[in-house]
Amino acid sequence: MPVYILKRVAYAVPVALAVSMICFLLVHLAPGDPLSLVLPADANQTTIDATKAKYGLDQPLPAQYFLWLTNVVSGDFGTSIATGRPVVSEIANALTYSLLLALIASVLGLVVGTLLGTVAGYWNGTAIDKIASAVAISGVSLPHYWLGIVLVVIFSVNLNWLPAMGAGESWSAERLKFMVLPAITLAAMPAGIITRSVRALVADTLGKEFVTALEARGLTQTQIFLHVVKNAAPTAIAVIGVQLGYLMAGSILVETVFSWPGTGLLLNTAILQRDIPLLQGTILVLALIFVALNLLVDIVQPMFDPRMKRG
Amino acid sequence: MSADTLASGNAMPLRASRGYWSGVWLRLRRDPVSMACLTVLVLIILASAFAPLIAPGDPSVGSVARRLRPVGTPGYILGTDELGRDMLTRLLFGGRMSLTMGILPVALALLIGGTLGTIAGFVGGLTNAIIMRAADILFAFPSVLLAVAIAGALGAGFVNSLVALTVVLIPPLIRVSESATTQVRSLDFVEAARASGAGAFTIIRVHILGNIMGPVLVYASSLLSVAIIMAAGLSFIGLGARPPTPEWGLMLNTLRNSIYSQPLIAALPGVMIFIVSLSFNLLSDGLRSAMDVK
Amino acid sequence: MMEQATTSSRYILEVAGMTKHFNVGGSFGKSRKVVQAVSDVSFRIREGTTLGIVGESGCGKSTTARLIMGLIGMDCGDLLFNDRAIGRSAREMKAFRRQVQMVFQDSSASLNPRMTIEASIMFGPMVHGEDRAEARRNAHHLLERVGLDPARFAGRYPHELSGGQRQRVNIARALALKPKVVIFDESVSALDKSVEAQVLNLLIDLKREMNLTYIFISHDLNVVRYISDHVMVMYLGKVVEHGPSEALFANPAHPYTRALLASMPSLDPEKRTLSAPIAGDPPSPIDPPQACRFHPRCALARPSCLAINPALFDAGPEHVAACHRSDPKSPYWTEGEAQ
Repeated sequence: MPVYILKRVAYAVPVALAVSMICFLLVHLAPGDPLSLVLPADANQTTIDATKAKYGLDQPLPAQYFLWLTNVVSGDFGTSIATGRPVVSEIANALTYSLLLALIASVLGLVVGTLLGTVAGYWNGTAIDKIASAVAISGVSLPHYWLGIVLVVIFSVNLNWLPAMGAGESWSAERLKFMVLPAITLAAMPAGIITRSVRALVADTLGKEFVTALEARGLTQTQIFLHVVKNAAPTAIAVIGVQLGYLMAGSILVETVFSWPGTGLLLNTAILQRDIPLLQGTILVLALIFVALNLLVDIVQPMFDPRMKRG
Repeated sequence: MSADTLASGNAMPLRASRGYWSGVWLRLRRDPVSMACLTVLVLIILASAFAPLIAPGDPSVGSVARRLRPVGTPGYILGTDELGRDMLTRLLFGGRMSLTMGILPVALALLIGGTLGTIAGFVGGLTNAIIMRAADILFAFPSVLLAVAIAGALGAGFVNSLVALTVVLIPPLIRVSESATTQVRSLDFVEAARASGAGAFTIIRVHILGNIMGPVLVYASSLLSVAIIMAAGLSFIGLGARPPTPEWGLMLNTLRNSIYSQPLIAALPGVMIFIVSLSFNLLSDGLRSAMDVK
Repeated sequence: MMEQATTSSRYILEVAGMTKHFNVGGSFGKSRKVVQAVSDVSFRIREGTTLGIVGESGCGKSTTARLIMGLIGMDCGDLLFNDRAIGRSAREMKAFRRQVQMVFQDSSASLNPRMTIEASIMFGPMVHGEDRAEARRNAHHLLERVGLDPARFAGRYPHELSGGQRQRVNIARALALKPKVVIFDESVSALDKSVEAQVLNLLIDLKREMNLTYIFISHDLNVVRYISDHVMVMYLGKVVEHGPSEALFANPAHPYTRALLASMPSLDPEKRTLSAPIAGDPPSPIDPPQACRFHPRCALARPSCLAINPALFDAGPEHVAACHRSDPKSPYWTEGEAQ
């Protein structure tokens, strides 16, 4: 087992490096002089010279990358043009909000998706299955940013039950109210995806020969059901883990709709203000979290099913 | 003539056989859901394409005097937007941009990713390793984030989001076509084709493409719904289309301030995105089961 | 080798010292292993005859076929066609490929499921520049020749045909390029016995009519005996015996051949043996046994069989075998007898 974990980690390191390389290149992808992209328009000559030296902008690209990477590893992501504050503190602040929202949304998506999927798969082909499948495909097809608007119209504008946007004043139970609508919105797509995967999985497992064998041995439906769940678990873990990563990174639209002060809103600010250092830093952090989550799935999955070990 | 030939040969009717694709089409035609979705999509695409001919008004001309008229207003069946422009007209014109930005990247990614994946699968070895590792790296990004990263760095605009979405959709298509090609390549009929002296290009064209087209197309069709939502999403956050271009995602954004006064109108562009995305999803499911026969 | 001929025709295909090793494993952490699929195989075939190749699975029969076809490259060795060496350049290979064609075992996998029967047969000739109309005319003629009515079958897809019918299509496809040599790699093994017999008779007719030379690979000794003029026995990538069919079946010179023949299901109940003459599966071609590769399973094995590689000796007219213990002229023949 430790050897396997080491192998997975060893594979994730070059991937993380490649991800950082792409994030680094974003500045060079953007139209315009890199220097002007990372500095506010009114920067004085001293700042310009200092920045030039710091990023080695007169050196070849690989050298620039290594300088940038050294800075990043030591926690220096540059300075936000919009706020003038270090990018890293902006991200750290927003990350708490996003993590919390993504966590709640993925638990919600997981519970709803697993329930719907299991029910649909178990009663494969019945009316229950058809309804659950219809809900699932709607969840997958919904533009979630629009779903957010619709929920706001219903629950904030018409019923006045929940706040439409923002995150409240402080960390308190009151804040939970602000999270209900964004979490539901964010959970819709993963709930749909998980329903579809779990449904297929359960239906497929039920059709397997070993289930017939269990029936032949006289096991009760409940016992068989537990067997089926156990067999479907590893695949479910993979789906869920990857979904959490997508939620972390994909919350940009939902956070924009609800003005939830997470990394998504940060990205939106960066885009609107053309704040390239902030864009670059946020994307790097989110992508690295995604790589880490995938690694975690790869490590955890075989604990449930040793056959899943990838070479 | 020998027995096995005679026996089944006589039983075999003289009609011509049906090809694979006409068989798929026949099964798809029998599925009412797929046909309904296809009809809806064709209607929306045609209506958008011929928007200048059928739209009741001008998408860019509004009037402060008739801002945010409700749905059902005479002359403005679907009401007017925050600048007093006719909603029906803008939805029809908006489809041109939204559909193009959703469908074109999938087509381009199919072309580029499909070609790279087929080459990787057929040639194997180092070529395969290079192409597949490159795809892995792009896969390390969640798709929405990668699209936002590229479009965000390039800045708003049609071409920029087209590039961003295409880049995001290429790696999954590389993977699917690579694995399909690898499977087909090892079959004896490819060996037989090589034994007859055919070159790599001919073998890919005649023997590989026909056999990987099915699964790859089904996969690409499932990406259409994702691409439509993502494309409109990019416009929604200020990338992609720029005002006053009518585009569903952008319209959704600019109408956000009107959800208190005219919630129905503010929701309309999203309804269009939802209908199109749902239809693509259901059609893709239908296509998959129509192909899933031995 | 004796030049006293059973048939006086010239040699059409000659293989000398053909060797192919595959690397397996070798991803990091594991050492590379080598599968010695084919080791130093030499033989030649007279025009118009049939050479049968027999042996257990993994003995290198199929690799031999693929090497001759040029589907995989040989590590070393020479291939002569009509006394001319075949180069490995693309142009030479393309010309040579017309001359040698192959029929695979799996009748289903060897036809493109998306192509009609007709299109599959036309593909090869069209690659070589034949125009569509002519290719179609020839395809229909060939279908008729292999016993399939073109009017009923030409426009069919492979999945609509039975295994026997598909294999007839594969034969037609191989013949479409007007080859001189056709290799059958277990081509009838998957068919029902009655269908197999029909296809075998078809092959015999076609060979006579079109003056073909066959290489017939099978694990079924009865079939090989029925169709072959000469038989070559392979074991773990090496030729252990090669001779005229009648002589080889009547007087097998190698212990392995004798064992194979003894395990052959006989139609004569009197001749059936009850005990299995060779035990177990053949050893892995990865790290095959030293010297004589058969020694671990051979009842006659002596120390010399473990140490010295047996060369082929003359066991009769055009009949050779590689065994110290069967060659009276071998210095190791009587080794250990006195003890």
